[in-house]
Amino acid sequence: MVAFVRTQDAPVAPPPANMTGAWAAAKQKFFPTPLSSVAGVIIAALVAWVVWTLIDWAVIRAVWSAPDRELCNAEGAGACWPYAFARFHQFIYGFYPVEERWRVNIVFLLGALSLAALLIPSIPRKGLSALFFFVIYPVLTGILFVGGMFGLTYVETTQWGGLMVTLVLSVTSMVASVPLGILLALGRRSTMPIVSLLSTIFIEVVRGVPLVLVLFMAVNMFPLFMPPGVNPDKLLIVIIGMALFAAAYMAEIIRGGLQAIPKGQYEGAQAVGLSYWKMMGLIVMPQVIKIVIPSIVNHFISLFKDTSLVTVVSILDLLGVVQSSFNDAKWASAQTGNTGYFLLAVVYWLFCFGMSRYSQFIERKLATGHKR
Amino acid sequence: MTDTPDKRFTSAPPSGSWTDFLYSAKFRSWVSQIVVLLLLLWGLYEIVVNTQANLARLNKNFGFDFLGKQSGFDLSTALIPYSSTSTYGRALLVGFWNTALVAGLGIVFATILGFIIGVMRLSKNWIVSRFALGYVELVRNVPLLVQIFVWYALVLKPLPGTKQAYTFFGDSFFLSNRGLLMPHPQFGPGAWLGLAGLAAAITGIWFLRRRARLVLEATGKATPTFWPSLALLIVLPLLGLLAAGWPLTWSFPELAGFNFKGGMTLVPEFIALFLALVIYTASFIAEIVRSGILAISHGQTEASQALGLDNSKTLRLVVIPQAMRVIIPPLASQYLNLTKNSSLAVAVGYPDLMYAGGTVNNQSGAAIEVFSIVLVVYLATSLFTAAFMNWFNSRMKLVER
Repeated sequence: MVAFVRTQDAPVAPPPANMTGAWAAAKQKFFPTPLSSVAGVIIAALVAWVVWTLIDWAVIRAVWSAPDRELCNAEGAGACWPYAFARFHQFIYGFYPVEERWRVNIVFLLGALSLAALLIPSIPRKGLSALFFFVIYPVLTGILFVGGMFGLTYVETTQWGGLMVTLVLSVTSMVASVPLGILLALGRRSTMPIVSLLSTIFIEVVRGVPLVLVLFMAVNMFPLFMPPGVNPDKLLIVIIGMALFAAAYMAEIIRGGLQAIPKGQYEGAQAVGLSYWKMMGLIVMPQVIKIVIPSIVNHFISLFKDTSLVTVVSILDLLGVVQSSFNDAKWASAQTGNTGYFLLAVVYWLFCFGMSRYSQFIERKLATGHKR
Repeated sequence: MTDTPDKRFTSAPPSGSWTDFLYSAKFRSWVSQIVVLLLLLWGLYEIVVNTQANLARLNKNFGFDFLGKQSGFDLSTALIPYSSTSTYGRALLVGFWNTALVAGLGIVFATILGFIIGVMRLSKNWIVSRFALGYVELVRNVPLLVQIFVWYALVLKPLPGTKQAYTFFGDSFFLSNRGLLMPHPQFGPGAWLGLAGLAAAITGIWFLRRRARLVLEATGKATPTFWPSLALLIVLPLLGLLAAGWPLTWSFPELAGFNFKGGMTLVPEFIALFLALVIYTASFIAEIVRSGILAISHGQTEASQALGLDNSKTLRLVVIPQAMRVIIPPLASQYLNLTKNSSLAVAVGYPDLMYAGGTVNNQSGAAIEVFSIVLVVYLATSLFTAAFMNWFNSRMKLVER
């Protein structure tokens, strides 16, 4: 039996005094628990110290203009920016002949434009930009960079270097790894035992060894495999090695996507009478690519970082060119190395961070299609 | 309107003609497989023939006898006795152990740092969580190789020479441009008693923890195990050593001329590689830990708080054990990545397997043989680690009714 029934709402009490106001909000945000408050204060001090040291080095104590290394070598000098300004063109073009650098600029410009057309969702005609970027652009780049035809002077790949080589390496292996990876993934899932076995062995072996070993093997062993008298270009070998390495990882990403496609999709495609390649190309792959785009971009980020490894087989990519400039008699000083590495870290960080931001953006954009 | 039945249902099934076989999926699949196999065999044949011709032109023989020849080069650090009079095979073995050392230590410390950063990322404290976010975004977007060089150049090169080395703990630790020198324990005869003490301590701890668990399950009372375990771990080996008459001596590093003698050295190359590997891999592990913890439904946290567990116990006893199931598979691939990334040692000259392989190749010219050995070792390590982590994963898996 009910003894008491409340007929009115209880009076609304104000929130406790220590839970309102700016002070309480700040306390919640910065000092929620004793342990984390202590950690927070220590971390804040540490970060402040690091940031101050960096600003002090890169701005306050930095040398901003100097004819040579003299000022940078002085006691207490910070970053040696004149060195970076003087070597700026080398960092971008390597030892590419000065009068031919317009060719590289055109390629950079076209690349930036077509990538923008491809990556910004609101720009229409994606098919056309894809055709340009994946088919016409690589051919054009090859002709412009190598030369030797259409009246362009021939430039040896040993003269290439810097950011240009880093971009050539990463874009080529990115572009090549997608179709190769798709083929390998389909091969691994194929019902044909020999094809499946060969794809699995290739994927697992490549994924089981470090990229450095792949590069060493490519540079040292590949020339031995060629018919005597054929001397393949070193940069080309390295590009092939990186592309195969990237393809093995790409294959596993695609395979993950293939596994996420329900069996009904395959059965539906077969029921309407599509052949294997039509089923894959028209029904399955479009869904797979959509699912795996975030993983692919992450893979591209790590591939971009991995291009720095070609330095160990003495290809002058961005890292290699910057490092080789440390011993330059005109600029070798106590601060040259620090400045160079700082610059390298900033450039690589900008590229990778940009890509990861794009990946998050596209993930959010694509995710809407799957929400029910 | 005549009612002619559909021919498809009345006529006899088409008589098998020999062309049907040609169109069957089975036949086509075998034809394409045989074509692939033939192409592969042809490629291999070409490679073998070309390689033989090239090797003959360069006056080289294929074979592994070079492994027994004297190497003639020094390696800056070795866990097993090695000198320039040792063989090529020994040099590769030294490299393998150095890889194992940096990868093993790297995995342990990267896991610890990664878990700390990952948990910090979820902290309620704005400063702490933002710091963890900044760490992750900063570190994982810069190539590991650049980081190795940065540690090598910025931190280790400015260290003082041997004469002005920093000393710690009263002249027993030295930090200079030759690396970090530490006292090195040397065990005399009878030291096995210390090991026996250690084994006894581990067995004891196992029983202690088992008993504590049984008591907890039977009565609900928690018995402290941490301090007793620690005590056992320290006391029993010491007792064993005491019983053997203290066969332990320390070799202290001493400055002799321009270099140190005695003690144990961590060369700067090792420190740079180790720091870079740990810091870089920890940023990936932190993200894995964070997503693993976020994958656990918030109801679990609320339920454990409702039961009166404090924050640390909620994390330790409720959330992390469940999150581990999500965390372990990607964690395993990070361990493999770290092991493979340790091959970047070539860039700073830490004599790991890759560096030893490269040097042996330069000296002996046996590129195919050397790199095949290195490949097999890395592959075996990867497969072994993968197998172990699969086993561990199956143990940690959710046991359902």
